[in-house]
Amino acid sequence: MGQTNRLKWLVLALPLIAFLWLTIFLLRGLFSDPTELSSALVGKPVPQFSLPDIYDPSTTYTEAVLKGRPMLLNVWATWCPTCRAEHAYLNHLSRQGVYIVGLNYKDDSRAKAVDWLNTLGDPYQLNLFDERGLVAIDFGVYGAPETFLINAQGEVMYRHVGDVNERVWATILGPQYDALMQEFEQAGEQP
Amino acid sequence: MTRFWELMTALLVVLFTSISVSHAVNLETYQFDDPSKEALFRELINELRCPKCQNQSIADSDAPLAKDLRDRTYLMVQQGATKQEVVDYMVARYGDFAHYRPPVKLSTIVLWVGPGLVILIGAIVIIVRVRQQQPHEAELSDQEREQLAALQSTKQDKQHG
Repeated sequence: MGQTNRLKWLVLALPLIAFLWLTIFLLRGLFSDPTELSSALVGKPVPQFSLPDIYDPSTTYTEAVLKGRPMLLNVWATWCPTCRAEHAYLNHLSRQGVYIVGLNYKDDSRAKAVDWLNTLGDPYQLNLFDERGLVAIDFGVYGAPETFLINAQGEVMYRHVGDVNERVWATILGPQYDALMQEFEQAGEQP
Repeated sequence: MTRFWELMTALLVVLFTSISVSHAVNLETYQFDDPSKEALFRELINELRCPKCQNQSIADSDAPLAKDLRDRTYLMVQQGATKQEVVDYMVARYGDFAHYRPPVKLSTIVLWVGPGLVILIGAIVIIVRVRQQQPHEAELSDQEREQLAALQSTKQDKQHG
C-alpha cells in the first residue's frame, strides 16, 4: 500500500514540478533582453574583408589589421543615438590605452562620419568604412552599436550589443580584455 | 438588417486590406527570369528571420537590415545557390536564430520534442486516470453466487405469481 501511495504522490507532484519549472523559465524571460543574441562568430576568426579608411578612400585594410594584439572592434554610425551616448566612454578607454578599431556601419555619408570624429574625438586606432554594410553582415551585425572583443590571433571572443559604458566595461568587457592582454604580454615575454 | 451586414462586410474588407498594405514590403525590385529561382527566393525570405525585428521574417520586415539580407538572398539565389547554402550562410553569421526552422541539436531539442512530450504526458495521465475510474467487476464467492441465484428465482416467482 505504501508503494502505491508513494507513486500516487509522485504522479500528483509531476504537474506541480512542471508548473514550477515553467514559471521559473518564463520569469527569467521577463528579465532577459531578447536583443542580446550571442554571436555565431564567437571562437571563430574574423571574416575576410577589404575596406577603405574613413579619412582616406585610397587606403584599404584587410582582416589582417584585426590580428596581432587583443582589441575591440566597435561598430558605429552617426544615425545611431546610442553610439553618441557611448562615444565619450570610448574616448576615455582609448586614453587608458585600450586598442579600439572603428567600423563605420552604413552611415549617411562619409563626410558626416568624419565630421563626427573631428568634433567628438576619435578613439579609434583605425577607422574602417563599411558603406553598404556588407562586411557588417559577415560579422553578424544587426544594429549599432555593437562591440566585438578580438584576441591576438584575430578570433572573436565576445560580442557586446548596446553601448559600452562604465558598468559594462567593469563587469563584462574589461575583465575579458585584461585577461587577453595578460596572456598576450606573457606570450611576448617568452619568444 | 441587410444594410447592417453590408456595412460589416465593408468594414472587414477595409480592415484586412489595410493590415496587408501596412505590412507589404516592396518585392517588385527583385526580378527573376527563372520561376524556380523566384519560388526559392520567396520561400527563403519567408523562412529567414530578421535579427533586428525578431518576430518577423525578412520578407515582412521594413528594417534596413532585412532589406540588406533580402538583397543578399536575391544575389545568392541568382548566382545559383541552393536553399541550404543560403540558410547556412545566414546561420553562420546570425546563429540558429536566423532560421525559423532550427536544426535538431542539444540546444534546440526542447523546441522539437517539447510539444510532443507534453502531449504524450497528457495522454498517459488521461489513460491512467480513466483506467483507475473503471469499476472493478465484483468477484463473487460460490456462496454469494448461490444467494444471488436464490434471490433471482424468488423475484421471478413473485412476478409470475
